[in-house]
Amino acid sequence: MADDLFNSFMNGPDERGRFGNYGGRFVSETLMPLILELEAEYEKAKDDPEFWAEMDDLWKHYVGRPSPLYFAERLSDHLGGASIYMKRDELNHTGAHKINNVLGQILLARRMGKKRIIAETGAGQHGVATATVCAKFGLQCVVYMGKHDVERQAPNVFRMRLLGAEVIPVTSGRGTLKDAMNDALRDWVTNVRDTFYCIGTVAGPHPYPAMVRDFQSIIGKEVRWQLAEQEGEGRLPDTVIAAIGGGSNAMGLFFPFLDDPSVRIIGVEAGGKGVNDKMEHCASLTGGRPGVLHGNRTYLLQDDDGQILEGFSISAGLDYPGIGPEHSWLHDTGRAEYVSITDREALEAFQLSCATEGIIPALEPSHALAHVMKIAPDLPREHIIVMNMCGRGDKDIYTVAKHLGFDMSDTEGRELD
Amino acid sequence: MTRIDATFAKLRAEGKKAFVAYVMAGDPDYDTSLEIVKGLPGAGVDIIELGQPFTDPMADGPTIQAAGQRALAGGMTLQKTLDMARTFRETDTETPIVMMGYYNPIYSRGVARFLSDAREAGIDGLIIVDLPPEEDEELCIPAQEAGLNFIRLATPTTDDKRLPRVMQNTSGFVYYVSITGITGSAQAEAGDVAPEVARIKAAGNLPVVVGFGITTPEAAARIAGVADGAVVGSAIVSRIAQGDTPAEVLEFVRTLAEGAHSA
Repeated sequence: MADDLFNSFMNGPDERGRFGNYGGRFVSETLMPLILELEAEYEKAKDDPEFWAEMDDLWKHYVGRPSPLYFAERLSDHLGGASIYMKRDELNHTGAHKINNVLGQILLARRMGKKRIIAETGAGQHGVATATVCAKFGLQCVVYMGKHDVERQAPNVFRMRLLGAEVIPVTSGRGTLKDAMNDALRDWVTNVRDTFYCIGTVAGPHPYPAMVRDFQSIIGKEVRWQLAEQEGEGRLPDTVIAAIGGGSNAMGLFFPFLDDPSVRIIGVEAGGKGVNDKMEHCASLTGGRPGVLHGNRTYLLQDDDGQILEGFSISAGLDYPGIGPEHSWLHDTGRAEYVSITDREALEAFQLSCATEGIIPALEPSHALAHVMKIAPDLPREHIIVMNMCGRGDKDIYTVAKHLGFDMSDTEGRELD
Repeated sequence: MTRIDATFAKLRAEGKKAFVAYVMAGDPDYDTSLEIVKGLPGAGVDIIELGQPFTDPMADGPTIQAAGQRALAGGMTLQKTLDMARTFRETDTETPIVMMGYYNPIYSRGVARFLSDAREAGIDGLIIVDLPPEEDEELCIPAQEAGLNFIRLATPTTDDKRLPRVMQNTSGFVYYVSITGITGSAQAEAGDVAPEVARIKAAGNLPVVVGFGITTPEAAARIAGVADGAVVGSAIVSRIAQGDTPAEVLEFVRTLAEGAHSA
């Protein structure tokens, strides 16, 4: 652990919401007073034991935390190297890590007296989590979702509507997650006095990146004690790995280990069809450069003139041209490594997890697992890798079926090759 | 004294209110857009707001978003916006140009390089929507040092506690956003706007112009009547979107200007 606070990686952000040069509060004046109010409210809640007691209670009884830390023995044997553990956040209520953060923000919204909740969603997991918690607390919920994503994630759209949320298909721009976030911000500017914007990842203006990270850090905190319980007191993972779109599940796993120099930290971006093919990926750190979008400075996919580019990935949840600002800072400082995985590699990992562990992963953590497949064989058995299984694959079966050439409407019961 | 200061001094001396017109640079294409911009002063426009297109205009409604997309699809760039200002300056050395847009294209070019280019092109002021006072070190302070006015947005959510901060590094004029919302959405009401303008004027010594939600000559007259000027953007851009010729667009602008000047 860090004795010297000045050398700690866990002190950020500073009072201006910066992680090094990244982060900040790049929003219109209309939103600024509200963001300052939110920051003040969050600072109060963070130090309030009652707030965390309520969170713990909901995490335990409503979400099902702690999620298991599971030794994937057959997968480890199959790869023939490191010992691979999966942090099973796909077992959470609603099927992903997203609800960890949503609960925190909704409790905050309640403290602030806000009755109307808005959210953006890509794959629909954050939208479903927000709709779920709003239903539980009787709050009005409006979810912005790119028209393109509404079409490719129909089951999640139906889930949200069942849960009482209004889903607004976004047609501005090109109708993806980035445009959904633009329209959510437009809604917020218009309804600023009664509306709380529940952001789904570690991005946006300060205090969102820090706040979402704090709520998601339950993932890494649990890994610390669970691994000690299973492998012996003081045993830390040697490597932690997570997939990154905006980067909230990764930040949640990484943060509690930032000041443990023995822990290697690897974030896996969506390489789409390959980072070298222009614009056919979502790897902001590998293929982008710093810029300002959606309230913060961070690495972005952009052209030479500072216009934002659309990303591309098989996974709608990773399909975002930016990344949380804290990741940009961890990248520049070298504390974390960032790599990319292609659609094809993620699909292979998806199938391997099904075949060796009986776990159908979402396409997002399949990216993390694909990188595990690359590095595990060269590592010794005593090397412990913890990968974040941050979502389950139910939502992705149609996409995967299509890529594997399997016709879901075929009632003849053809076997998969 | 900048061109903006001189314009307000002249209007004050004449007992007139300012009419500010917004158009998106490069909409629907560079040449048509330049023709419209060149005609604005003749149509009665006192200050030109020249929009710099951006892929993700978070504070703008559908009308301005679409205009930016048309301009980008036509190959508009920050360099071409600067070129347009420079070309305008060849024949008009008096009408102030305020570039309005978002920070990333400027940040991408490099702040120092942009400021020197903008000044050289004859741009007088900047309105950058996603740079609140909390981020003044980014562009606001360097811009003032480079001799450009940095015009701030004040909004209905800017309370008395916050107002001094908003006024602190502002120059030229203050742009009061008359609604909580995006451009071209709700209607601005003169009755709501008047006390807000008075509040902002009391907090600093700058002219206050009012924009967002003004679409007709009558509304321009009502709003200008309770402020130092009125801004119209989306209503003009809509005319361009529906395929009006530059002459038709400028005729519409003339009616708006007459409205504002009648106040």
